[in-house]
Amino acid sequence: MTAYDLYLIAPYLAMAALAMLVIVADLVTRRTGFLVGLSFAGLAAPAALSAWQLVDLTSSGATELTAESSVILYTLSIDRFALFFNFLILASVGLVVLVSNDYVRRMERLQGEYFGLMLLSATGMMLMAAASELISIYIALELTTLPLAALAAFLPNARSSEAGMKFLIIGAISSAVMLYGMALLYGFTGSTRLDEIAVALAASPQSGVLPFGSMAVLLSVVLLLVGFGFKMSAAPFQMWVPDVYEGAPTPMVAFLSVASKAAAFALVLRVFYIGFDALDGDWWVLLAGLAALSMTIGNLVAIAQRNIKRMFGYSTIAHAGYILVGVAAVTTVGDDSASFGPSSVLFYLVAYAAANLTAFFAIVCIGNRINSDEIEDYAGMLRRAPFLAIALALALIALIGVPPTSIFMAKIYIFAAAINTGESLMTWLVIIGVVNSVISAYYYLRVIKVMFLQPAIHTERLGGSWPVNVAVGVAALCVIWLGVAPVAMFRAAERAAVVLLAGG
Amino acid sequence: MPTGFNGLLTVTVFLPAVAALLLAVGLVRDVRHIRWFAAAVAAADLVLSVIVFALFQRGGERFQLVDRLDWITTDTVQASYLLGVDGISAPLVMLTGLLGLCAVFVSFHISNRVREYFIWLFVLQTAVLGVFTALDFLLFFLFWEIELVPMYLLISTWGTGRREYSAMKFLIFTILGSAFMLVAIVAVFVSAGVGSFDMTRLLEPGGALDASRAALPMGVLFWLFFIAFAVKLPTWPVHTWLPDAHTDAPTAGSVMLAGVMLKMGGYGLLRVNAGMFPEQLQQFAMAIVALGVISVLYGAVVTLRQTDLKRLIAYSSVSHMGLVLIGLGSVAVVGGALTDAGLTGAAMQLFTHGTITGLLFVAVGILYEQTHTRHIPDLGGLANRMPILSGAFLIAGAASLGLPLLSGFVSEILVFFGAFRAFPALTILSVLGIILAAGYILWMLQRTLFGPRPARWDNLTDASPVELVPVALLVISIVAVGVYPAWLTEVFRDGLEPIVSGYNAGLAGIPK
Repeated sequence: MTAYDLYLIAPYLAMAALAMLVIVADLVTRRTGFLVGLSFAGLAAPAALSAWQLVDLTSSGATELTAESSVILYTLSIDRFALFFNFLILASVGLVVLVSNDYVRRMERLQGEYFGLMLLSATGMMLMAAASELISIYIALELTTLPLAALAAFLPNARSSEAGMKFLIIGAISSAVMLYGMALLYGFTGSTRLDEIAVALAASPQSGVLPFGSMAVLLSVVLLLVGFGFKMSAAPFQMWVPDVYEGAPTPMVAFLSVASKAAAFALVLRVFYIGFDALDGDWWVLLAGLAALSMTIGNLVAIAQRNIKRMFGYSTIAHAGYILVGVAAVTTVGDDSASFGPSSVLFYLVAYAAANLTAFFAIVCIGNRINSDEIEDYAGMLRRAPFLAIALALALIALIGVPPTSIFMAKIYIFAAAINTGESLMTWLVIIGVVNSVISAYYYLRVIKVMFLQPAIHTERLGGSWPVNVAVGVAALCVIWLGVAPVAMFRAAERAAVVLLAGG
Repeated sequence: MPTGFNGLLTVTVFLPAVAALLLAVGLVRDVRHIRWFAAAVAAADLVLSVIVFALFQRGGERFQLVDRLDWITTDTVQASYLLGVDGISAPLVMLTGLLGLCAVFVSFHISNRVREYFIWLFVLQTAVLGVFTALDFLLFFLFWEIELVPMYLLISTWGTGRREYSAMKFLIFTILGSAFMLVAIVAVFVSAGVGSFDMTRLLEPGGALDASRAALPMGVLFWLFFIAFAVKLPTWPVHTWLPDAHTDAPTAGSVMLAGVMLKMGGYGLLRVNAGMFPEQLQQFAMAIVALGVISVLYGAVVTLRQTDLKRLIAYSSVSHMGLVLIGLGSVAVVGGALTDAGLTGAAMQLFTHGTITGLLFVAVGILYEQTHTRHIPDLGGLANRMPILSGAFLIAGAASLGLPLLSGFVSEILVFFGAFRAFPALTILSVLGIILAAGYILWMLQRTLFGPRPARWDNLTDASPVELVPVALLVISIVAVGVYPAWLTEVFRDGLEPIVSGYNAGLAGIPK
C-alpha cells in the first residue's frame, strides 16, 4: 500500500475516523450542540478529499484514479460515478445531522452513538458506490446495514425495537441469499472482480434458448437481486419497509430512504452495467418487471395509510419502482452507449433525495412537537407552522412529479430514457409509471389538504431550532433549483454515468 | 427558428405571478387594499395582453414577440425558455387578460383568507397565460401542470357544496390526462431527428417529426395528446369532472375554468393535434367529429334537465365545446380545397365561449350573492328588481344560443360551414344541439328572470358598480365580435393558415 493508495481511500478513512471521534467526544462532553457541530463540520474532511479527487480526475482526463497496489486497484473504483455518490451521501448525512439537533435532545444518553452509527453507515454507503468486487460489495453492504439496524431500534419503545429486529433479520436473510448468488457467480466465472466477470460472461456461450445463457448465471442474478431489492426497498422485497419507517427514529428514516437507497442503486448500476454488461438483453426485462410491481404496490397500498411515516414507506417503494425504470432502460436500438438510463437514474436519486429529505425534515420537526405521526393530526398545520407546512407541501407536490420541482425533471428524464430504448415493453412501463403518478397524487394531496384546509385542533405555533430550519430550507431550495435549473446536475449525472457505458 | 428576446410576453405572463409573490411576502395586508391592488394588477395585465394582440401583425413572421433563452442544454436534453404568439394564441392571451380582470372584480365579496385567494388566482393566471404562449414542450407542460394547484385550492377552499370532492375529481381527471400527454411529449422528444422540446420545429410543415423516425407510432402519439386535451376541453365521455368543478367552484373559479381553462384543451388540439399531426387528424376525423356530435347532443339533453344555474351552464359548456371537435373534423373534406372555415370556427368558438360563459357565470355569481340560491324553481321575476343584470344575462343567453349579431353565432356558423362539406349528416345532427340550446337557455331565462316573483325577492337590488365592471367588459366584447367579427377571425385565420395550406398542398411537406 502506497501513499497514493491511502489518498484514494482517504475519504472513507476520514469518514470512519469521524464516526469514532464523535463517539469518543460523547464521553468527554454531553452537549448535544457540540456533537451536532462536530459531526457536521467533520464532514468537511471527506467532502474536501472527494473534491480533491474530482479535481485530480478532471485534470488527468482519465475515467478512473488507478491505484498502485492490487489491494485497492481491484476492489474499489475511484471514478466520477463513486464521487458523485460521495457528494450525494455526504450532503444527505450532513442535512440529517442538522435535523437531528432537536430530535436527539430528547434522548437521555447514547447521543454520540447515534451520530457515530449514522456516520459509519454513511461510510458503508460511500464504499458501496465505489466497490467493484463482490467481497468488498458484501462488506460495504453489511457496514451500511448493521448500524442502520441498531439505529432503527434506538428508541425505547416496542415499535422501534420491532423495526430494528425486522430490519436486522430480513436484512440478514437477504444478504445470505445474495451471498449465495455471489458464490454461484464466482463458481461460474472464476472471479470476484466485476470487470473479469464481465469478460467471462461475454466469453461464455449465449445459447439463446435459456435466458442468461446458463442456469447458474440466471440463478445468481436472481439471488443477487434479492439482496439488492432489499436495499433498494423494491417490491417484492419491501415487507420490512412500512414497519421500519413507522417505528424507527424519523431522522434515521430520512437517511435510510435517501442515502441508503442511493447507495443501493449505485451498486445495482455498477454490478449490472459493468458485471452483467454482456447480458443486458436479458436482465432488463427482470428489472422492468420489478419496476412495474414496485410502482403499483407502493402507490396502491399508500392510499390506505393513516400514519404519515408509513405512507412515506410505501411512497419510497413506489419511487424505487420509478428509478428501476431508468435502470432497465439499458438496451437502445442500435447503440448501447446512447442509453441515458444510468444518468437519468443518478439525476432521479438526487431529485428524490432533495424532495424526500424536505418532506422528512418537516415530519421530524412537526412530529417532534406534536408527538404524533398520524396524518389527521396535521390539521391546520399551515396556520401552526407555515414554513414547515409549505416546505412539506412543496415536497409532496414534487413527489407527485408536478413541475417546477426536481422530480418532475427527473421523471421526464427517466421516461425519456425508457422510451428511447425503442422497446414496446418499456413504453408500456412508462404508461404504468405515469398512471401510477396519478394514483400517487391522491394520497400525497390528501396530506396537503389536511394541512391547508382542515381547521387546527390546537392553535399553538410550532417551529424548530435554527439548524433544523436551515436544513429544511436548503433541501426545499434544492427541490426548486433542480426543477428550474437542472442543467448543472444533468451534466454531472451524464459525466458520472460515462464509466458505466464505456465498457458497453 | 424564432430567436431574440422581446420581453413583452414575459412581462405579461409573469406580472400576475410577481403580484402573487408580493402578496405572499405581505406587501399589501389590508383586505380592502388587497382587492384594489389585485384589480390594478389584473387591469395592467389586461392592457398588456391587449397590446400583445394589437402588436401581432398578420402576415408577418409566424411566431412574434418571441422571448427565447437557453434553459437546459446538455448532451441529451435541450430545452429553452421560449415564449411567442401566433394568430391562434394572440387572441387567447387577450381573452385570458380580459377574464382575469373579470375574475378579480367578481371576487370583491370574498372575505375569507383574501390574501391567499388572490395569490392563487394570480398564479392561475400566470399558468394559463404560460400555456398559451409557451412554444417549448417542457415549458408548455410545466405551465399546464402548475395550473392544477391553484385551481384545486380555489375550489376546495373557497368553493361551495361538495367542494373537496369536486376539487379532487377535477385534479385526478386532469392529472390523468396530462400523464398521457407527458408520455407523448417524452416520446416526441426522444424521436430520432427531434432531440429538443422546441415546438416551432415540429410545427413547420414537414417538421422534425415524421412517421418513420417517431419513437411511438404517430397514431398513438396523436391519441395520447388527444386524451389530455379532450379531458380539459372536455368532451364526452371524460367530461364528468366539469359539472362538479364548475358548480362547486367560487364564481371567479368558474369564470376562469369555463373562460380560459377549457380553452387550454381546445388550444392544445389546434396547436398540437392539428399543427403537428395533420395527417392523423385527417385519418381520425370521423371519430373526432362523432365524439363532438355526442358531446353536443348529450350535453344539450342533460342541460335541459338541470335545475341548478351553475350546473346548467356547466353542461351547456360540454355541449358547446363539442363544436370545437366538429370544427377540427372539417379537415377531412373530400374533393376540392380545404377552406379554413371549420378550423377558424373552432378557434373562434374558444374565444366566444370564453366570453359568453364568463358572462353567464359572472351574472349567476352576482345573483347568488343576493339570493343565496341557484335553484331555478326558487327564482323568478328578477328582471323587475335587477334590470341591468337581467339585461346582461339576456345578452349572454342570446349569444349562447347563437343569435346573430352576437359572438356565438359567428363561431357556430363557421363550424357548420366547415364541417358540412366533410360530414354533412353528422353536421346536420349537431345542429339539433343548437335547437336544444335555444330550448334550455330560453327556458332558464324565462324561469329566473320573468314570470311571477316570489315575495322574498322583493328586496333585491341591482348589481353594484364594482360588479358591473366585468359585466360591461364582457358585454362589449360579445357585441364587438358579433357585429364585426373580422378583427378576430382574420387573426385566427392567419394563425391557422400554415395548417390549412399544408392540407391543400396534399400534405406534400409530410412524407407518407
